[in-house]
Amino acid sequence: MFHWLEKRPFFFAVGVFLVIAFAGLIEIIPDFAQASRPVVGTKPYTVLQLAGRHVYIKDSCNACHSQLIRPFKSETDRYGPYSLSGEYAYDRPFLWGSKRTGPDLMRVGEYRTTDWHENHMWEPSSVVPGSIMPAYKHMFTQNADIETAYAEALTVKKVFNVPYDKPGMPKLGEWEEAKKQAMEEARKIASEMKNQDVKDAVANGEIPEIVALIAYLNSLR
Amino acid sequence: MVNAAMEYDYTVSKWFAYLSIIFGIIGMVVGVLIAFQMAYPELNNLFGQYGTFSRLRPIHTNVVAFGFTLSGIWAAFYYISQRVLKVSIRENSVVHGIAKLHFFLYVILAAGLVVSLLLGITTSKEYAEMEWPLDILTVVVWILFGLALFGLIGMRREKTLYISMWYFIAFFLGVAMLYLFNNMEVPTYFVTGMGKWYHSVSMYAGTNDALVQWWYGHNAVAFVFTVPIVAMIYYFLPKESGQPVYSYKLSLLSFWGLMFVYLWAGGHHLIYSTVPDWMQTMGSIFSVILILPSWGSAINMLLTMKGEWNQLKESPLIKFMVLASTFYMLSTLEGPIQAIKSVNALAHFTDWIIGHVHDGTLGWVAFMIIAATLHMAPRYYKREIYSKKLMEMQFWLQTTGIVLYFSSMWIAGITQGMMWRAVDQYGNLAYSFIDTVTVLHPYYTIRAIGGLLFVIGLFMWAYNYVKTMQSGKILEKEPAFASPMGA
Repeated sequence: MFHWLEKRPFFFAVGVFLVIAFAGLIEIIPDFAQASRPVVGTKPYTVLQLAGRHVYIKDSCNACHSQLIRPFKSETDRYGPYSLSGEYAYDRPFLWGSKRTGPDLMRVGEYRTTDWHENHMWEPSSVVPGSIMPAYKHMFTQNADIETAYAEALTVKKVFNVPYDKPGMPKLGEWEEAKKQAMEEARKIASEMKNQDVKDAVANGEIPEIVALIAYLNSLR
Repeated sequence: MVNAAMEYDYTVSKWFAYLSIIFGIIGMVVGVLIAFQMAYPELNNLFGQYGTFSRLRPIHTNVVAFGFTLSGIWAAFYYISQRVLKVSIRENSVVHGIAKLHFFLYVILAAGLVVSLLLGITTSKEYAEMEWPLDILTVVVWILFGLALFGLIGMRREKTLYISMWYFIAFFLGVAMLYLFNNMEVPTYFVTGMGKWYHSVSMYAGTNDALVQWWYGHNAVAFVFTVPIVAMIYYFLPKESGQPVYSYKLSLLSFWGLMFVYLWAGGHHLIYSTVPDWMQTMGSIFSVILILPSWGSAINMLLTMKGEWNQLKESPLIKFMVLASTFYMLSTLEGPIQAIKSVNALAHFTDWIIGHVHDGTLGWVAFMIIAATLHMAPRYYKREIYSKKLMEMQFWLQTTGIVLYFSSMWIAGITQGMMWRAVDQYGNLAYSFIDTVTVLHPYYTIRAIGGLLFVIGLFMWAYNYVKTMQSGKILEKEPAFASPMGA
């Protein structure tokens, strides 16, 4: 049989494809049949939080930080309750990471504050002596892209039926409303910050990346 | 046809070989920089926001995996396929044109990838960071490669496909399948008419997204770092040593075994995560079974050298290839060990994984590509390799570099894993997270030095290659086996 195949590239290729596709069919399809349902209390991100998530992705925070707490006592002691599948129901993409050069951030909103993040992102070693994390000062001057975040939220609402605008869920509404809503959230965060440039920018109707990022990090619970 | 070997056309093969050298140096210089950043974090401030570890790390992985490695593979592919199929690519101008287009579009794609990652345009999925416009270009490049592959096969005079061709076919099909499914995404601009035009959102959410990503991520390793590299060693080792492949049956078993088993193993990236338990267990079990086909290939290669081990002493090219198969064995034993659940609990998220990746990629993939280019160079240019001594020095320098790399990362990873879980006499965590970072400083320094040695070796490779082109001693006719080398 193998000699026969080796003279017939077409059937050879078909054979190879069947053999490699097999595992995918068995491993992946069943889980898709029962796509993970959100656990009670899981909500989609607000536009500002989503913009912050884009900042997180843009600077590849996930290269060094995981968002996955494994079911071991050493992990739940350090980071909080272990992760449940449904908690990720609105994460597109997932941000579990594969390396913990820094600590896990799955529930960082439970134990860090706006103030802490502000100091930390400006100069990590000022709050964590010995930290090897780079400073992210550019986040204090560049603006977050609220429009793209809104476009993404609207897309997942339309295409994947993510429950924005449902009772008890974040409001999306029209672009103007959404922008106003994001500004309001941003003002609240800026009021807890001390960097004057950031405060001025927000007062002028801009949203620096750091504000969006902190909104996202505070939402991780 | 007095000397058929002289008829082959190596134009595209050579182009890819040059590109492989260039990307190898760029990708690994960035790698050394980010390695030093972990030991000396002030180095993050060299280029503003474009120089932080987090921006550069995806550039390192992508340029090495998809720049250096793919170029090296395609250089070898356009060389090997003509020879084992007994055709010259020049015989058919359409296929030759496709091959050239394949090269040019690939260069554009690679440039686009580097620029977009520097700007922070990324989907965040490891080894699938490109946004949808570049994904589409990737598919085009891949289709062109497929057309060249099957075009050459269609033209063949030798009816039976040599082992290397099996692996190249699998390489094409496997990557095509994985890439398409993992990069399913919805461009947000087309749905809403707002925001950045190149932005997209993943078709899968949360746990499902993770599952597809690691089915891809692990098997991208399989079908880029393993399958085509095995194709290369099955051609170049017998060719350089003048020995026939030890066992046809063993190559049969290894090939079909690898094809069937590898795809299952992706689940080992998700052990103790929120994917269903049975998938984690399957990932774990199949990873262990994977030792069989992996070692099958490696042992087949080592036994090919049976009775000819004196060549190991005499030829640095044989040294590179034999050590490559040895590192392949090491890496494919280490991987399954890390996939065992209890070991994974310790190793996951630590530097041990980084060490594992690098003994495979540096020891196996890079060594094989280096050996391939230096075997091809005398046949490309009809010249002797410029310097045997330089190649010997490169070999020992790089081997030292790899050993420093993986041994320091083993220690770092296990140290970190143990400290994360250590408790005091009352059952409280013994260390804060930062303790587990600062303790790694010496190992990060050693690792960076190991990487630096490897990169110095790459410059020696480039120099030797260029010198071979320009001033290697001219050969009367093509060497049948062992590549001739100047002192």
